[in-house]
Amino acid sequence: MADATGVLVIGQTTGDGLDSTAAELLAAGRNVAAVLGEELSIGLLGDTLDTPAQQAVAHGADRVYAVTHPLLAEYQPDLYLAALDALCRDANPRVVLMSRTSEGRELAPRLAFRLGVGLAQDCLEVSVDESTRTLLANRPVYGGNAVAVVSCERTPQIAAIRPKAYEPMEADAGRQGQVVSFPVELDASQAKTRVVETVREESEGVKLEDARVVVSGGRGLGGPDPFSGLEELAKLLGGAVGASRAAVDSGWVPPSYQVGLTGKAITPDLYITVAISGASQHMAGCSGAKCIVAINKDADANIFKDARYGVVGEWERVLPALTEAVRELVNS
Amino acid sequence: MALKIAVLAKQVLDPEMPMAAFRIDEDARRVVPPSNIPPVVNGFDENAVEAALQIKDAQEATVTVISTGTEFALDVMKKPLSMGADELVLLQDDSFGNTIDSFQTAQLLAAAIRKLDGFDLIICGRQASDWDNAQVPLGVAEILGVSCISLGKKVDVADGKAIVERIVPDGYQVVEAQLPALVTVSNELGQPRYPTLRGIMAATRKRPTVWSKADLDIDESQSAGRITLRQLFIPVSDQECEIIEGEDSADSGRLLALKLREAKII
Repeated sequence: MADATGVLVIGQTTGDGLDSTAAELLAAGRNVAAVLGEELSIGLLGDTLDTPAQQAVAHGADRVYAVTHPLLAEYQPDLYLAALDALCRDANPRVVLMSRTSEGRELAPRLAFRLGVGLAQDCLEVSVDESTRTLLANRPVYGGNAVAVVSCERTPQIAAIRPKAYEPMEADAGRQGQVVSFPVELDASQAKTRVVETVREESEGVKLEDARVVVSGGRGLGGPDPFSGLEELAKLLGGAVGASRAAVDSGWVPPSYQVGLTGKAITPDLYITVAISGASQHMAGCSGAKCIVAINKDADANIFKDARYGVVGEWERVLPALTEAVRELVNS
Repeated sequence: MALKIAVLAKQVLDPEMPMAAFRIDEDARRVVPPSNIPPVVNGFDENAVEAALQIKDAQEATVTVISTGTEFALDVMKKPLSMGADELVLLQDDSFGNTIDSFQTAQLLAAAIRKLDGFDLIICGRQASDWDNAQVPLGVAEILGVSCISLGKKVDVADGKAIVERIVPDGYQVVEAQLPALVTVSNELGQPRYPTLRGIMAATRKRPTVWSKADLDIDESQSAGRITLRQLFIPVSDQECEIIEGEDSADSGRLLALKLREAKII
């Protein structure tokens, strides 16, 4: 599209506020907009958006498009897409940033196809080629074995960014920004799918995706019982327990524990792996961890290549001692 | 009338292959497939085959598997047939090599689906293990204008509707849509069935339908690339692992805790 300008973030809301992923996208978008010398805006969808709109301004948005409609109160992909399609055509941004959340996984590809443009999927970092004003997206492929740098050929250039790849900026209540109401026409008949029932599966304690500390176990644990030891350490650190696919496929823990390409992508500050060899399929799920600690008896295990700290030894002896020492440290 | 089901499947490098066998030609910006490790059907696509076959177990249905690429290992791509699928359609052309650009791939698959007079239900794996784009299925749904439900762990068809248990972060939702519909599935669907001996024998006798670009009605205005791959490289880990060594394993565990505290990580 001609004369496209600016960076448009598509932000999610939670209950009555801005979702953390939206603040992350604003941080990513702020950098891109600064290099381009263009405006940073955010599109929010819902029925009432006053609170998240103010929060978005505080987190760095120059302009908020409040896309309100009673039918947008609950997420429904077809209706959300229709609204986003209308917003993108009207706002005509150069760059659109979305988050690869549960909703973003559905919306970003479909929006790109609807607009007839490309989507840089699953990005860990976005930057700008200043000479061409092109968005460069950095993303892991082949289970993290390779990194690809891709760019989009059409406008808007859309990128879906992995949650927690960016740190939100500090909220500044004094920031100025414009909140614009963006009316959309929607019809309930546009919704092609209907939610008949929602089943919540209770997870104990901290959610794996949100945890600042994750302790994961792998094939080398040999059975389900050792996971109680991992629970103990995780609990002391206010964290969650994860597992490799091998441990899940062996039936030692439920599928919801699985970290990796076919499981959850986690980005904790501290990731402690116990008896995990570190196959690329697993590492794909934890490449965003700030600090990886490996406990493995095999000094040649792949996990040590990605770990910052490692102990070569039998977990049966290392883990209890580590747990006791951590208990003393956190209680002191 | 028998329910018409399509499964979209991709041939990928075996994701379980040893990392030492993984090579990239950086100048050509492509992965060099190892000669001694055969490719596999993308794991999630096998889940899609399983989902289709579960429906076929319960009601009258035909299952057609469609794939696109430049080269196929036929014995690999016949696996869905040996599991119980009825037909295999391969879209094979030297110009179909750009599997990075989901836009182009989706156009090809949509064109093949149209040529096959459409389907009641299209089932796909949630993403491919090579590029993890998770775009092609949703793109096909957009192009064809059919209902779309993603991340299913159970798929049923009743009363002209697809009924899907869709995975959401804190559980699942039961979502329904009128047919025709496209559904993507995840590994939570469960292990794909093993080919039976009878299935393998039947698959041996079946010949795939092979279509080249000339056989497909592709809108040329939609065939230009949307994504450019600028660089492809194997990341160099600058991570130096500090091995904590105590007097024995237990001592190492204690020292590890102290090290993490010292580094202000815990």
